[in-house]
Amino acid sequence: MTSSPPKPPPETELAKPVQETTDELVEKLASRKVVPLRHPWRWAAAAVALVLLAQAAHALVTNDAFQWDAFGYWFFRPVVLEGLLLTLQLTGLAAVFGLIGGIALALMRLSRNPVLRSVAWGYIWLFRSIPLIVLLLFLANVTALYHTLSLGIPFGPSFVEFSANDLLSFYFVAVLGLSLNEAAYAAEVVRSGIISVDQTQLEAAAALGLPKSRQYRRIILPQATRAIIPAYANQLIGLLKGTSVVYITSLLELFGVVQSQASVNSGQIIPLLMVGTIWYIVLTSVLSVIQYYLERYFSRGALRILPLTPFQRFLRAAGVAR
Amino acid sequence: MTVAVTVRGAVKTYGPHRVLDEVDFTARAGEVTAIIGPSGSGKSTLLRAINHLEPLDSGFVTVHGELIGVRIHRGRLRELSERAILRQRSHIGFVFQSLNLFPHLSVVENVIEAPIVTQGVPKREAIARAKELLAKVGLSDKVDAYPRQLSGGQQQRVAIARALALEPKLILFDEPTSALDPELVGEVLTVIRDLAAAGTTMVVVTHEIGFAREVADHVVFLDAGRVVEEGPPSEVLYTPSHERTREFLGKLV
Repeated sequence: MTSSPPKPPPETELAKPVQETTDELVEKLASRKVVPLRHPWRWAAAAVALVLLAQAAHALVTNDAFQWDAFGYWFFRPVVLEGLLLTLQLTGLAAVFGLIGGIALALMRLSRNPVLRSVAWGYIWLFRSIPLIVLLLFLANVTALYHTLSLGIPFGPSFVEFSANDLLSFYFVAVLGLSLNEAAYAAEVVRSGIISVDQTQLEAAAALGLPKSRQYRRIILPQATRAIIPAYANQLIGLLKGTSVVYITSLLELFGVVQSQASVNSGQIIPLLMVGTIWYIVLTSVLSVIQYYLERYFSRGALRILPLTPFQRFLRAAGVAR
Repeated sequence: MTVAVTVRGAVKTYGPHRVLDEVDFTARAGEVTAIIGPSGSGKSTLLRAINHLEPLDSGFVTVHGELIGVRIHRGRLRELSERAILRQRSHIGFVFQSLNLFPHLSVVENVIEAPIVTQGVPKREAIARAKELLAKVGLSDKVDAYPRQLSGGQQQRVAIARALALEPKLILFDEPTSALDPELVGEVLTVIRDLAAAGTTMVVVTHEIGFAREVADHVVFLDAGRVVEEGPPSEVLYTPSHERTREFLGKLV
């Protein structure tokens, strides 16, 4: 919203009366409340914004092309909910594996061991360079590269062998691809959090004789988390929407369902896309709320006084709580 | 008097710069030893070498007869494992120049962390003891506060309580008052003075010559990585025998 540009202080109306003052008038002025500066342009700008919003809402509701009845029909269809569930699963698993991998890579990049450092750097470089869609297609076609995968001593005998075909179901491919990609980005997010913590904290912990692992777990990571959360929430929201890419492996997550239903129900692409859009908005909103509370939790000690949550402010405004 | 800290032939270089140049140093048990000297004279480096936060290039440190950070192996000094060094540090208190409490932990959590983790003290016992210590430094009412809610002087007193919680045989102070404004310096010095009266062995790097004069039993003047002179405060601070010491003290007054 725009407000009026700063104006020179208004010609003071007080100047005149004060000049030709009597003691009485001075006395009266001294005890009067000061009238704050009015901001008429703020009100005007707010009004314009509200009118535009109302117009947009009106356009959405009244245009028949949106087919809101079809939207209502599809929104809770089991086939859509199944896609939604798959989206949630992919996001959840890739977030967990990606974060674990990311923390490991971040610690490797910060390690004093040059080999670990280079390996982590190389991994991040590689997986940030490959577009997710290319990576997924590669993995989906990995049987062309390797026919069997085996578990055993590196370059030595193997204990178990899998056929690449059995192991690499599309579901597995999707989780693997998303996690590999996610780990590379999460690593940088985690690393940025860790280096944002003052190094004297490590020194203080070392001087107290705290073991290395404890120095990181108890002292560094909780403080790093405060810086990590906003960036990682971004990353997570990107991942949530990024899962839509897996439809190219013919896995029907939310977007895949919308897309495939649109191709068999001609003329309904708009309401179906709206179904997908609204679900993504719902999920992102939930993540944003979680982000807010996590940030609040991890700002313990960083702020002198925690601000009220919107819910607390609501209660207070409603007069329920003090 | 028994010797608490011995430093022999300490050398530390950063590139071409010799921060410590064959420093010999002793601090006796039950005494307060003050290290004074101009900025860049190696005071802090010497102090940090005592608990191996700053590994020496050559020379060695002993605390109560135990080699710190190294062991003798086939006639040479070899650095100890990280774990062993951390164990040794848990018997040596260290209070930093900057106020580096852990900001995400409350005051009492700052104090109980090390005793619980390094000495296996049960949590309830650690809390009780922490509260006693905080009372001792005059912060009974700040137990559950977070460091940023405290003044600089209060924070530094928490840092002292945190160091005391390990019941160290020796406490090292690195310019404990340098981050504080003059009014708050007094609070911290009072706590250190009380500790001195109770016979705690302390080595204090300080700019507060007045404090050294009043509390120290032994003063060491360091310049350019060498000990220029040392002795009781009455000699070093009032009738210094060395020209460089006179010059330094003259600038302060």
